Amino acid sequence: MKIRLDTIVKTFDTFRAVHGVSLEIESGELVALLGPSGSGKTTILRMVAGLEYPDEGAIFFGEENATDIEVRHRGVGFVFQHYALFPHMTIGENIAFGMKVSKTRRSTAEIAERVEELLRLVQLDGLKDRFPAQISGGQRQRVALARALAVDPKVLLLDEPFGALDANVRRDLRRWLRKIHEDLGITTLFVTHDQAEALDLADRVVILDKGRIVQAGTPEEVCRAPDNAFVMNFLGDANRLRATVTAGRASVNEILFDAAGVPDGPAELFFRPADVIWREEGAGIPAVILRVIDRPDSKRILAVTADGQHVEFDTAPEFPFRMQARGTLEILRPKVFAAST
Amino acid sequence: MPKAAISTNFTAAVDRRRNLWKTEAAAGHDVPRGFHPFAASPLTIDEGPALRPVTDRRMALARRAIQEIRGPALARRILPGLPLTLGITLVYVAVIVLLPLGALIFKAASLGPADYWTIVSSDRAVASYRVTMLCAAAATAFNLVFGMALAWVIVRYRFPGRRIVDALVDLPFALPTAVAGIALTTLFASNGWFGGALSALGLKVAYTPLGIIVAMAFTSLPFIVRTVQPVLEELDGALEEAAQTLGASDGEIFRKVLLPQLFPALLAGLSLSFARSLGEFGAIIFIAGNQPYETEITALLAFIRLEEYDYPASAAIASVMLMAAFLMLAITNILQTRALRYTVKG
Repeated sequence: MKIRLDTIVKTFDTFRAVHGVSLEIESGELVALLGPSGSGKTTILRMVAGLEYPDEGAIFFGEENATDIEVRHRGVGFVFQHYALFPHMTIGENIAFGMKVSKTRRSTAEIAERVEELLRLVQLDGLKDRFPAQISGGQRQRVALARALAVDPKVLLLDEPFGALDANVRRDLRRWLRKIHEDLGITTLFVTHDQAEALDLADRVVILDKGRIVQAGTPEEVCRAPDNAFVMNFLGDANRLRATVTAGRASVNEILFDAAGVPDGPAELFFRPADVIWREEGAGIPAVILRVIDRPDSKRILAVTADGQHVEFDTAPEFPFRMQARGTLEILRPKVFAAST
Repeated sequence: MPKAAISTNFTAAVDRRRNLWKTEAAAGHDVPRGFHPFAASPLTIDEGPALRPVTDRRMALARRAIQEIRGPALARRILPGLPLTLGITLVYVAVIVLLPLGALIFKAASLGPADYWTIVSSDRAVASYRVTMLCAAAATAFNLVFGMALAWVIVRYRFPGRRIVDALVDLPFALPTAVAGIALTTLFASNGWFGGALSALGLKVAYTPLGIIVAMAFTSLPFIVRTVQPVLEELDGALEEAAQTLGASDGEIFRKVLLPQLFPALLAGLSLSFARSLGEFGAIIFIAGNQPYETEITALLAFIRLEEYDYPASAAIASVMLMAAFLMLAITNILQTRALRYTVKG
């Protein structure tokens, strides 16, 4: 089922949560809504589900205008951040709930069979008679997914599905969700504030800030060609240096970088900590090492440039550092954006 | 010292001792019976029955005996003050609660079984049980619906005056029940504000069982509201949303999602409300009219016997109420445990 949002606006009391967001999600696509807290991503998801109504704009499911359809008739599967399993029902009863209250009558045997099938799908066979309090967080989230899938939803919506789980479980569940999505091919929209999760899982990532879409694209597009400083910063650690642009060339400490399309005047040059080559001497931006942080797979070097700007970069763990060592930074893959202020 | 370091050091020490033991045994040294490298160690490492020294077993027995004498509740713990508070509590319960009840039973027992039975099964007494029970049941049923609605409104909606309504709920607790009784009688008497209107409809409240129900409902209202309210506040709104996305109607959500979770609290409120209604005295005697066989409650009958200096009869009637209250609390406790079985971790 294709989903289309047409200039959606939502205001809570005096706070405008969503400013005219338009978005198209193709049938069978897995899309991440990524943004910091307060960016309106959960509000958008809840409006797609019908748990909130937009003040302006419309939501289409396929060709049908779904804006005013009630939640219970909208045919969406929703997975909540904290699972929202019914605590007084067993796992089996939780999964069967949607089928039992559904208008399409199913026989008890049919429901039981479908419950077993879903339990197998989420790899929880044998836990049918447990209560939610008796299983782990990761298992609860899988039950929540099975419950949402039980009603054959047209669209699957997940609100920070792995937010409350620890890192290892998160990674496993991500891969597993990706596989389920590939098997079932159901249009899926999920909300996260975790860039790694969005990039790992999604076909397309929609990055939001303050209720607006700041960039939408495949993980490759948003990583390799960020549209603006916000996306660059939000997707991962980024260094920022003051620069001046004249005629499509940005200059930092008299070193020139390509800045095609950026208007003349003050600008900012961004680069990832991994995109730096440190040399004892040679061409580059002169800097002094202040501190070294050891990490499992690299060393993070904190340095300061000759004009007092702080820079962080990663080197191989074997890097023989000296405090106060002087050298130069060669910057690879720089991104130049017009200065924000 | 960090925790990991402690455990490593400890393990290392145990290892050294174990190796010492092994080398001595391997070298054919005569290890004296009763010497055991782990005798004082909290670890029990089973090295076979032949090697287990006698003293070790004795030590373990002694340790268990000490543990039994001190009791698990008095074992070493972090939070201070358990023996003191436990002592105070037990003395309090004994003196304030159990002693009067004991005296009551003792007094009632001073009657022979035949006399006791005659008193508690007299027509007037049985009629009073019927009036009390039926009215208490009716008042509790009314409070169940109205109290839950009140709790629902207070928790779920924001409206001007909400805090005042919230505070007013406790008023029946704060008001002397006699005052409540007089006020209700004034309102519901046939010339009162409500009574006048109701008597026009042919409904008489004051001096009828209906009046008893009104008085009981008034004094026991806070119980249901105050037991249900915190549970409602804690309920995760996402549960209702989840039920909605799964296609449940409002009625189904209430029946299948909300009610089962409120049930233990409702039951607790219900039993408190019912118990309070059974025992209510002050508010009822003003509005009931107190006609024997018609509107005389059991508590009043016990009081009348008391005024006649017939203490054993009074105690006998009171003991019936006591048993009824115990029975009801026991039943609600069992139901509650069953309703809460899903919270048990497995």
